[in-house]
Amino acid sequence: MKPGHGEVVIAEGDVELRDDELRLIEAFREQLDTGMWAAVPVTEPAGRRQARMVQTFDDIPRDADRVIFFPRAAGGAR
Amino acid sequence: MLFALITTALVAIALLSDLLLPRLTQQWERHRARRERPPAPAYDPGRERRAEQTARALLRSCVNQEEWSMYRDLGFIRVWGSQRDGPERTDGTGGAAYGYLVYPHKPIIAYLAQTHRLLNEYFVTFPDETRPYGSARLPDSDDVLAKWMALTGDERRLIATANMHLPGRQVDPAQVKRDLWRLTQWERARLRSAGDEQTATPPTVRPVTDHPE
Repeated sequence: MKPGHGEVVIAEGDVELRDDELRLIEAFREQLDTGMWAAVPVTEPAGRRQARMVQTFDDIPRDADRVIFFPRAAGGAR
Repeated sequence: MLFALITTALVAIALLSDLLLPRLTQQWERHRARRERPPAPAYDPGRERRAEQTARALLRSCVNQEEWSMYRDLGFIRVWGSQRDGPERTDGTGGAAYGYLVYPHKPIIAYLAQTHRLLNEYFVTFPDETRPYGSARLPDSDDVLAKWMALTGDERRLIATANMHLPGRQVDPAQVKRDLWRLTQWERARLRSAGDEQTATPPTVRPVTDHPE
């Protein structure tokens, strides 16, 4: 997510392909290094949608179709 | 003698210029580049609107159908709290169900589901300090989605990060009460229409076969 943009695709690939996976890991780390938070939208067994916050690439479910990066939360106006 | 010295000096300068000139040019270019301000992106009046449209599509693809309809119709999303004794930094809810109202670019409002008593305001922002367009603000729907993801993914961390205030500090409690009333009405209407659809659906007819079981 970016101001003035909305959604921006950072990287795409298939985690089953080694080269793609390395590229995705690199892109994932880059985003976290810039201070972004990462979340994966998931559907619970009961059918309810929610998000799962992820901090390492291994936290991402293998079948996830996307990871959303958004700026880290900060306390707002005092 | 003097002629020889001048000639030597000229030759030396000519030779050195080959070495020094590129460096001097490079340094001058760097100096100019440092002094030059990066060009500001041209103002595009449709950019924010397009960004919001993209953000709405992303929000819709992530949240539950009911939550999307709520946002579309009412302008906010209700997220149920998952902590046993209410949100952090409150006196506790005694196990009562509570929820959060998530508005774009406004504090998150915690309230008790049964009585609609307001618990707290949690002000949280998601500033993008790279400011790609001179603003750190996400589009409205992205702000709602960020709060939704952070609340459903790690409620405790988000609430601990937020600046907490008593109800009424930033958002008019009367407005929140009205929104809760609108939400109740909206849910009733939704239930009614779901019920109407069920009654309008014709009963399933089993196909008649020549060979009964």
